[in-house]
Amino acid sequence: MSDIAVHVENVSKLYRIGLRRDSRSFRETITDLLMRRREQEKEGERDLWALRDVSFDVPRGRAIGIIGQNGAGKSTLLKILSRITEPTTGRIVVQGRVSSLLEVGTGFHGELTGRENIALNGAILGMTRTEIRQRFDEIVAFAEVERFIDTPVKYYSTGMYMRLAFAVAAHLEPEILVVDEVLAVGDAAFQSKCLRKMNDVASHGRTVLFVSHNMPAVKSLCQEAVWLRSGEVVDRGDSASVVTRYLQHSASRSGRSDVAEIIANLPPDPTFRLHAVRLLQNGEETTNILNGDALQIEIAFEVFSTTLGLHVYFQLLDLEETVILESIHNGSRDEAPRVEAGRWIARATIPPDFLASRPYQLMIFAGIADVRALLPEPVRLTFDVQQSGLVNRAFPGYQTPGKIAPLFDWQISRSDA
Amino acid sequence: MSTEPDSLLVIKPSPAWRPIDLGEIWRYRELLYFFVWRDVKVRYKQTVLGVSWAVIQPLFAMIIFAFFFGRVAKLPSDGIPYPLFTYAGLLPWTFFANALGNGSNSLVGSANLVTKVYFPRILVPLSAVATGLVDFGLALLMLGPLMLWKRTAPAAISFVVVPVAIVITFLLVFGFSLWLSAMVVRYRDVRHVIPFIIQIWMFATPIVYPLSFIPAKWRWAVSLNPMVPIVESFRASLFGRPVDPAGLLWSFVVALILIISGSMYFRYLERLFADVM
Repeated sequence: MSDIAVHVENVSKLYRIGLRRDSRSFRETITDLLMRRREQEKEGERDLWALRDVSFDVPRGRAIGIIGQNGAGKSTLLKILSRITEPTTGRIVVQGRVSSLLEVGTGFHGELTGRENIALNGAILGMTRTEIRQRFDEIVAFAEVERFIDTPVKYYSTGMYMRLAFAVAAHLEPEILVVDEVLAVGDAAFQSKCLRKMNDVASHGRTVLFVSHNMPAVKSLCQEAVWLRSGEVVDRGDSASVVTRYLQHSASRSGRSDVAEIIANLPPDPTFRLHAVRLLQNGEETTNILNGDALQIEIAFEVFSTTLGLHVYFQLLDLEETVILESIHNGSRDEAPRVEAGRWIARATIPPDFLASRPYQLMIFAGIADVRALLPEPVRLTFDVQQSGLVNRAFPGYQTPGKIAPLFDWQISRSDA
Repeated sequence: MSTEPDSLLVIKPSPAWRPIDLGEIWRYRELLYFFVWRDVKVRYKQTVLGVSWAVIQPLFAMIIFAFFFGRVAKLPSDGIPYPLFTYAGLLPWTFFANALGNGSNSLVGSANLVTKVYFPRILVPLSAVATGLVDFGLALLMLGPLMLWKRTAPAAISFVVVPVAIVITFLLVFGFSLWLSAMVVRYRDVRHVIPFIIQIWMFATPIVYPLSFIPAKWRWAVSLNPMVPIVESFRASLFGRPVDPAGLLWSFVVALILIISGSMYFRYLERLFADVM
């Protein structure tokens, strides 16, 4: 057996996107045939290379992280590795029994009991009936659902459901494991349980391909990382240094034009349209942000019909994806507010002497409380803050270890007098 | 997705036209079993009446047809008591119609699986059609009390003809499902046409009337419909009437042609399923 578990060779994937979706109506196709229109001539179509000439090897027993911005091709690569979709050109040679996990609980059915879903989900993930029987007790114990094992899962709490779903997946024993960000769900305790289990897998000589936005997880789970950008491999090496270079790169980009492009490409929503996200200091849009001045986060949006409970909010994160704070546009109101139809600008002001001099990420969300999210995923921008404020001014060049550096009201008074 | 230990898997663009990989389907037979098991369980769990639905559907159709077509319209029934006559015809037909409806929508209904896990996609329509066999089996059991009520018993030949007819129906509906399930993924509007076609098809098939009701010079044309010999033989064998083996052979040939062409079409589109769902 060769010591290369996964050999990826010049893999490219082309998607044709545009006004004409691939799933068309029969009527349209017939008219096209009659009118002798050719596929290529249709209006509004363009080609998108989700992956371009991607090559890399994964040695047996290694854990490799795949990182990159949204839309960099990570998911496409994962789908090809999982044989859900085919590459347009190139090939991948996989040696060994492989399991891939693009989400947990694939195929779970609410009407079926926990016991039945374990059997079904196990089979879908490629376990044999004997394997499912052997691991059944272990799975139930890991998920901590013993008492409800004969209850239909539609009566489970979200936490129980996720634990059961992950438990089945965690008890697969492949030689090669391909995992997407299944860890992005559940509460913190559950996430850390999943991470420990993943760590177990990775440290037992199994080959792992791990796609994630969670940089600390990539650094701790994977020895190596591959960085994808616009469908191409831009960097490859030991995970700590690739992650560092990736984070530096994300922080250094102005981010502004990207954000405009992301916003422009948001799918239309019947209720809500995000128009712009701007960072302002002293009334002007800027990328050169100083922590001595107030920073305004401006979210321009349009509401098409008066909606109860609509809110826009943001989270401030560091580059390692730790959420520092969250703030909601109507956070001080007591009752669910109504947002009238029309164009709006929500402006949050972060006071001077609050941020530290470090790079941050801002994630913009919109939603209707308890109903649904209004953006398919948060709009993300990265910005860097320079020191100019009062905090620590006496020590130039000093870098605070804190994620934020608010100016507190310190009083010092003699206590011996 | 799972492959055998020490196996070598090459992922590359596949040719547009390729045959079904029977070996692979065999390796995934447990998953096929689980799909059928799931569908049967879920269906009967969601209903108050549970398993009895499988019997209620053809039974009610029988009562309605017996009243309107038997009593009111006085359609002939080749000397067989009309309720029995129409129930015997409804048995293979209900299997065909339900399996065709479920089979055609099966792929679109399994989008969450198809976009997340690898398995031979052909298992989806195959299991949808196989699930219909369970209902058919239950409805067939109901024929016992019905025949007892009319004081008849199935003729011996039916123990051969009924299984043969059902196997051919299975192949036929699987062939159609291969075509239609893939087509529905590509062209979503096809899905709305199917129930309509099934409705018309039922009246084009001798269920509420015997084939002998059709003028002799047109019978050959009506019999091109592959469900005609199946329904006719199924019923004839139960009541000890002569069976037409040539007709069954015709249905079988149609089924084979559909399966071969349908699997080519299915495999051709299979490469795109995950991308367009």
